[in-house]
Amino acid sequence: MSEIWVALYIFILSGFTGFEVISRVPVILHTPLMSATNFIHGIVLVGAMVVMGRAETTVELIIGALGVWLGALNVVGGFAVTDRMLEMFKKGK
Amino acid sequence: MENIVQASYLISAILFIMGLKMLSSPATARRGNLLAGLGMILAITFTFLIPGMKHHLLMIVVILIGTAIGWVSAKKVPLTDMPQMVALFNGMGGGAAAVISYLELSRGEVASGLKLLAILGGLIGSVSFSGSFGAFMKLQRLMGDRPITYPLQKAFHAILLLLSLFLGYSVFIQFAPSLSGILNMLNFFFVVPLLLGFLLTLPIGGADMPVVIALFNAATGLAVGFDGFAIGNQAMMVSGVIVGASGSFLTYLMAKAMNRSITNVFFGAFGKLRSQEVVKEMKAREVEDASIMLGFARKVIVVPGYGLAVAQAQHKLREFMDVLEDKGVEIKFAIHPVAGRMPGHMNVLLAEANIPYDKLYDLEEINPEFTTADVALIVGANDVVNPAAETDPSSPLYGMPILKAYQSKNALVIKRGRGKGFAGIENDLFFMDQTYMVFGDAQDVLGKLVQAIKKT
Repeated sequence: MSEIWVALYIFILSGFTGFEVISRVPVILHTPLMSATNFIHGIVLVGAMVVMGRAETTVELIIGALGVWLGALNVVGGFAVTDRMLEMFKKGK
Repeated sequence: MENIVQASYLISAILFIMGLKMLSSPATARRGNLLAGLGMILAITFTFLIPGMKHHLLMIVVILIGTAIGWVSAKKVPLTDMPQMVALFNGMGGGAAAVISYLELSRGEVASGLKLLAILGGLIGSVSFSGSFGAFMKLQRLMGDRPITYPLQKAFHAILLLLSLFLGYSVFIQFAPSLSGILNMLNFFFVVPLLLGFLLTLPIGGADMPVVIALFNAATGLAVGFDGFAIGNQAMMVSGVIVGASGSFLTYLMAKAMNRSITNVFFGAFGKLRSQEVVKEMKAREVEDASIMLGFARKVIVVPGYGLAVAQAQHKLREFMDVLEDKGVEIKFAIHPVAGRMPGHMNVLLAEANIPYDKLYDLEEINPEFTTADVALIVGANDVVNPAAETDPSSPLYGMPILKAYQSKNALVIKRGRGKGFAGIENDLFFMDQTYMVFGDAQDVLGKLVQAIKKT
């Protein structure tokens, strides 16, 4: 199977997975869930690391570092915000 | 080494999916987020092991700086400001996606099919970056949360979109005589979507922002997915597309829950501002949502009415009380003197179902307590909770003492249909922001609620 077909399969199956995992979510969890998916696309950090790791010139390095910085903010901020929202769902004593 | 990295990406993708699944229920949601966090740490750590990577030390320093800023700002911000923080961090992700595309394209060694994906990732990432930043500014009141409109706004946006697509196409076919020409074109290509994203948020009012942020969130996910394909990174492909799909669906769900359509959100303010006199609608809720609201409340006050008697739902109400008390929820019953069709109707009915007398409160006793109740559950009652009795001198109910259910944090109304009460007048409570309707026969709905609460 050629690579383009594998890629297409990954795309389609991931898309369906995305729909499927959240199809039964109650209204009060909409905002935390959005925040969690916001955190998960922080995986972009990994890609930014890859392109920064390949930088040859100083300009490339600076732009790559900017990408890594943005990605790290996305990951850490996204996680912390989601965790704070979900803290509120603890039962009151 | 390549295999180890791939394995770590695979495991992190599984952790993300399991984490998202756990986020669909309040009981497991927090652990779900932690699980996804574990997946993230795994993927990031093993990325350092990719053969041929350079600048490891600098990379770690930059990540640590981003981590410190992200952590502190997310923890310091008041809870009410959370939506704009989500917008801000989402924008960061979009920006990172744009950076990846930019570096890939400027290097000019990408195969043509992948180049298309890198261009799309860059376009969407840029729009998401500046759009999220615009949303952040609006919510943070850095530029006022009223819609900003001007003539031909829609046409201008359309032109900017076409221009970005044209520039993207030019980058794709390398429509420039020299390398520096291509680079100039590339810079221009990134500037236009950045402008577009920001301008897109201007005509949107603050109340609609959650939907907009959800949409930009989905967009960033998609951009990350496209970039993942462009640079051949499996972790980004899978996670990005999952977020793109779930984010789109979530955007739709949120818009629906707010009684707005997505086109309405984005284009509603064009031409003329939304009229102040909004036609209000009752917000219907599914039993599952209602059960979560109830199961996680601290204090619930039940207001029974004639509908309870008609549906003969008193025994179900007793069961409902028992499951809530098992969950540690405080439950009280507010009895209006004229609830039902005769004085004492409700007391008799509830006594029949063995609901203890000391849980029944009359009007004067219970009214001060609604302000501390998380949910007022109105079962088949209508006129006795109509705020018009207090506020509208022209209402036939004016002057009648009512149960102040409108003062509780949320009101849930179990009702057979959208019709009016015994007095034949509209009940403003049903249209208030904090009020949610569950339509159906009281016995049927309570039975379903009991089942659903047991599961939470």
